[in-house]
Amino acid sequence: MNTERSRGRPLPPLVRSTLAVLLAVMLVALLGPGLSPNDGVDARFDRILSPPSLDGAHYFGTDDLGRDLFVRTLEGTRMTLLVALVASVVSLVIGVLYGATAGFIGGRIDAVMMRFVDSLYAMPFIFLVILLMVVFEQNFLLIFVAIGAVNWLDMARIVRGQTLSLKEREFVAAARLIGVPTGRIILRHIAPNLLGIVLVYLTLTIPQAILFESFLSFLGLGLQEPDASLGTLVAGGVSTLETAPWVLLIPSSILFILLLAFNFLGDGLRDATDVRARRSPSS
Amino acid sequence: MLRFALGRLLAAIPTLLFVVLLAFTLVRIAPGGPFDAERGLPPEVEANIAEAYHLDEPLPKQFFRYLGGVLRGDFGPSFRYRNYSVTEIIADSFPTSLLLGGLAMLLALVIGLGAGVLAALRPNTFTDRAVMAVAMTGISIPIFVVAPLLVLLFAVSLGWLPAGWTAQGGGRLVLPVLALALPQVAYLARISRASLLDVLGSDYVRTARAQGLTTAAILRVHALKPALIPVLSYLGPAVAAVLTGSVVVEQVFGIPGLGRHFVTGALNRDYTLVMGLVILYAALIILLNLLVDILYGVLDPRVRTQ
Repeated sequence: MNTERSRGRPLPPLVRSTLAVLLAVMLVALLGPGLSPNDGVDARFDRILSPPSLDGAHYFGTDDLGRDLFVRTLEGTRMTLLVALVASVVSLVIGVLYGATAGFIGGRIDAVMMRFVDSLYAMPFIFLVILLMVVFEQNFLLIFVAIGAVNWLDMARIVRGQTLSLKEREFVAAARLIGVPTGRIILRHIAPNLLGIVLVYLTLTIPQAILFESFLSFLGLGLQEPDASLGTLVAGGVSTLETAPWVLLIPSSILFILLLAFNFLGDGLRDATDVRARRSPSS
Repeated sequence: MLRFALGRLLAAIPTLLFVVLLAFTLVRIAPGGPFDAERGLPPEVEANIAEAYHLDEPLPKQFFRYLGGVLRGDFGPSFRYRNYSVTEIIADSFPTSLLLGGLAMLLALVIGLGAGVLAALRPNTFTDRAVMAVAMTGISIPIFVVAPLLVLLFAVSLGWLPAGWTAQGGGRLVLPVLALALPQVAYLARISRASLLDVLGSDYVRTARAQGLTTAAILRVHALKPALIPVLSYLGPAVAAVLTGSVVVEQVFGIPGLGRHFVTGALNRDYTLVMGLVILYAALIILLNLLVDILYGVLDPRVRTQ
C-alpha cells in the first residue's frame, strides 16, 4: 500500500480543537435530553415563550407551544447530524464510484459520463431535491437520500481528477508491469490513495448537507412536527423574533457552531494533507 | 474568438436538450398532478381539463409539442396561475430578482475581492486572520439565519431600515441585498486570497520582484490576472444562482421574486412553469460558463495557445 500522507504526523492544533468542539456538541446532543426532567413534545400553555432560566430546568426557555427548548434543540441537533451524515455517505458512495469509474476507464466513456455531470450542474438544485422528495413521498429517511443523491457532483469530479493523475503514477505502472490484475490495482493502489482526498472532502460535504437539510426544513419541506431539526427550530423562531428572540438565537447559534466546526475541520485537514479541491471548468 | 464562442454555443444545444428532457421526465414521473387540488370534479370535467392542456396525449407527443412551442418562443400557459402564461410570470418576477441579485453580486465582488487581495498581501498578519475569520463566519451562517437577524437588528431594534418589501423607496433594497451578498463576500474573499497567494509564490513573480518591481506593479502587470481565474470558475454558477433569486430572502422580506417559483412550481406540479424555469436557469448557466471560458483566454495567455 502506498499512501500520500506520512503516518504519525500530528494533526494541527486547529483541527484538534475543532474535533474536540464537535465531539462535545455530539456528546451533549446525545446525553443532554436524557438528563433533563422535561421532554420535547409536552406542550404546556402555562409556560408559553418563557425565557431561558433554571426554573423547571428550561435552560433554553420554551417555544410558542410551551415545549422545552433545551430538549427540543438537542434532539434537533441529533437529527441534523444524523441527516448530514447519511446524506454525506450517500453522496460519497455515488461520487466515488462514479468518479473512479470515469477516471479509470477514461476515453469516450469518461467524456460521456462527465458530460452528464456537467448537465446536472445546469439543473436548479432545489428543484431536483423537491422532485426527488415527492417521488419518494415525504419519508423521513429518504430526505437524506434525496439530498445525498443530488450532492455527489463535486465529489465525482474531484475523485475523477485524482484517479486520472493516480493511474499515470510510477507505482501503478510498476504494478501493471509485474502483472497485477486491474481490479487489484484499483483496490490496493488507487483506492487507498483516494482515501485522503475523499475524507477531506467528506468533512466539507457534511456542512453542505447540514445547510441543505435546514434550508429544506426552513421552507417547511423537511421534517414534519413534532420531529425537530435545527432547521425547523430556526424556522419556528423567526415568527416570534420580536417577542422571544431566544427561540431563534439558540438553535441558530448551535447550527452556526456546527457549521463553523465542520468547515474549520475540512479546511484544516485539507491544508494538513495538502490536497487541493480541483474544479475543472464546466461547459 | 467568435468561432470559439459559436462552436461552444452549438455544443451547448445537446446539453440544454438533455436538461429539458431530464426535467420533463422527472416532473412527469413525480406522483400527483397540477389539478389535484380540485378534487371531486365529475370525470367528464377532468377529462375536458386534461384535453385542454393536452395532458391526455402520450408523453412523447406532449414533450415534442412542448419543445415545438419553446422553439417558437411560447412557453405555454401556467397550470396553476390561471390566465397567466409562463412568459408573463417570469417577466413579472425576474426583473426584481435581477436587480437584487445584480446589486448583491456587485457589492460582493468589490468587498470580497478587496478583502481577499488585502489578506493575501499580508499573509498571517492580523489583517489576514481577521479577514479569514469574518469569511469563515460568513460561510457558516445560513442565509435563513442572516436574513432574520438583519431584520432584528436594523429594522426592529434600530429602526433604520424597512423590514419588508411593502415600504416604498430604495431603503427596502438594502437588507435583502446585504443578506444575499454576505455569503458571496465570504466565498470570494477565500477564493481570491488562496489563488493570489498561490500566484505570488510562483517563480515568475519572484523574478519580477528580483528585477525590482514594486508590489503594486507586480499586482497590476503579473499577479492579478492569473489570480482571477479560480474566482471566475466560481462566479459562473454563483452568478446564475444569485440572479435567479433566493427563495429564503424572498420569503423573509416578502419579495415577489423569481426564487419562490422554483419551490412552488415543483410543489404544485405546475409543469410548464417548472420547465420554463429550468430552461431559463440552464441557459443562464451555459451562457455564464461560456463567458467565463472566453475570459480565461483574456486573462491567461497560456490558455489561448492551447
